[in-house]
Amino acid sequence: MAVQQIQLTRRRPWSERVIEALLFVAAALGIVTTIGIVVILTVQTLQFFQIVNPIDFLTGTVWSASIQPYQFGVLALVSGTVLVATIAMIIATPLGLLSAILLSEYASNRVRNVVKPVLETIAGIPTIVLGFFAINFLSPEVLQPLFGVGLFSALAGGIVVGILITPLIASISEDAMRAVPRGLREGAYAMGATKFEVVRKVVLPAAVSGVMASIILAMSRAVGETMAVVLAVGTFPQFSFNPLESVQTMTAFIVQIVQGETSQGSVQFLSLFAVAMVLFVITFALNIVSAWFVRRYRTAY
Amino acid sequence: MTATTAASDAPPRFEPALMRRRLNGTLFYGACLVAIAILVLALIVLLFDVLTVGLPWLSVDFVTGMPSRRPTQTGILPALIGSIQLAIIVGAITFPIGIGAAVYLAEYASDNRLTRLLQTNISNLAGVPSIIYGIFGLAIFVRLLGLGPVLFSGAATLALVILPLVIIASIEALKAVPQSQREGAYALGASQWQMVRGSVLPAAAPGIMTGIILAMARAIGEAAPLVVIGAATFVTSLPQPFQGGFTVLPIQVFNWAQRPQEDFQGIAAAAIIVILVLIFILNLLALVVRARLSRHIQW
Repeated sequence: MAVQQIQLTRRRPWSERVIEALLFVAAALGIVTTIGIVVILTVQTLQFFQIVNPIDFLTGTVWSASIQPYQFGVLALVSGTVLVATIAMIIATPLGLLSAILLSEYASNRVRNVVKPVLETIAGIPTIVLGFFAINFLSPEVLQPLFGVGLFSALAGGIVVGILITPLIASISEDAMRAVPRGLREGAYAMGATKFEVVRKVVLPAAVSGVMASIILAMSRAVGETMAVVLAVGTFPQFSFNPLESVQTMTAFIVQIVQGETSQGSVQFLSLFAVAMVLFVITFALNIVSAWFVRRYRTAY
Repeated sequence: MTATTAASDAPPRFEPALMRRRLNGTLFYGACLVAIAILVLALIVLLFDVLTVGLPWLSVDFVTGMPSRRPTQTGILPALIGSIQLAIIVGAITFPIGIGAAVYLAEYASDNRLTRLLQTNISNLAGVPSIIYGIFGLAIFVRLLGLGPVLFSGAATLALVILPLVIIASIEALKAVPQSQREGAYALGASQWQMVRGSVLPAAAPGIMTGIILAMARAIGEAAPLVVIGAATFVTSLPQPFQGGFTVLPIQVFNWAQRPQEDFQGIAAAAIIVILVLIFILNLLALVVRARLSRHIQW
């Protein structure tokens, strides 16, 4: 008799299904956000393109949104962004990779207990603080005496962004290096390799996907970084690859427009969306490439 | 004869130039240490700069005072309250949605195309620059829903910025719970939700809560999306979530740091110190919560 009361094929009660539906809604919210972002940027960008020729926008090298004659050549902003991001990568890649190698391959607990908190602290500092550091100390006290640059320069922006993204490279690369099986290292030692040779010829090649992923992700962060850059690089959009000059990045331009008194239907305000669209497409492409590398190193071992 | 000389004269094949190879290793290790030294130095110089410029300006009046156009008399109370309210609302929005999404993806979702789409989408969202979220918030919360540039619009926007990070951290925490926990709950006759609610979530709670609190710390320092949705720079009344202009500490720092006068640089640095203290408190809170929640966990 009692056995019959246990129904093994009982249907799930409705409360269980409601809960699952609610959880699904929470997970699907991200899709709504993504669609929202894409729709908003597309609609407004198309409106902008009714006023400004898209070819002129994408190939022009002069950006003058506030002084007539108005010109919207986005390459002037893209070049500024690329310049800052390149300087940042030149700084962050060696610093991040060397820290990752130190943490994964060399570090004793004592070194680790210093390095990890330092990287985590840098990662936790609000980016506006690095912007302040750039114009309050780095530019006037270091870069001006050394290179004779003005208060605003791509170099100052690139350096602080480089500091900012180093922890990202370090942590993802460290994970990738730790994922390399011990056996590979021991095999190399058994062949008589020194520690450095193991790192250079075994660990790094084996972890190369993860390292690439970290570098590309950091590049994406550098391209999209706003507050550190907007204070440091100035508001002078120009098609230049001279690190000592003042430039304007895409993010800094967006901040300049929303801060100013630009009326919302104006071509200047619409140009903000077109610039944001370019920024979105670039960072999105970098993220996809990075994710592809991550999948590769996750499946390798 | 020749064979033996060859054997004794020829250097052992497995250690050619061992000295030089070891030296290379030492040099490389030195380079690693130099890299770390540069990072440590950068951090020290940064903190030293902020402290020396800001500390002279930091006082009780500065923290509890209302703003003034004159830097020597200004206070940051509206910005401080704004930042704290913002963090609380961001946390309140993120908590249910972040955990819900993570539970769905880690516990409920079967491995199909829709699930993979949701996962890929979340990791892509984590890489979208925060300023783009500001444009989304401006269009949706400020304009479409007609909330205006109020504190809640800012908080909702920042919640979207940090949600992907919270979801990713929570999924990691849920995946770290051993399978035996789930099977144990099922063996006692629990339904799926009872299993999640009573067994998996408590076990994953330390990781999840740490993730949420650290994400709130990130939100406290974030300024770019708030600049876009139209946070004010000069607010003389305490903020209300759905009414009136609002400002937060990073916006104040941004506003003041742009002005070259020494006084404004001073109050910018002083406000930075307050932000760093808030972030430090949240980090401590994360440690305490983690320790408390993991008291009963052992596997």
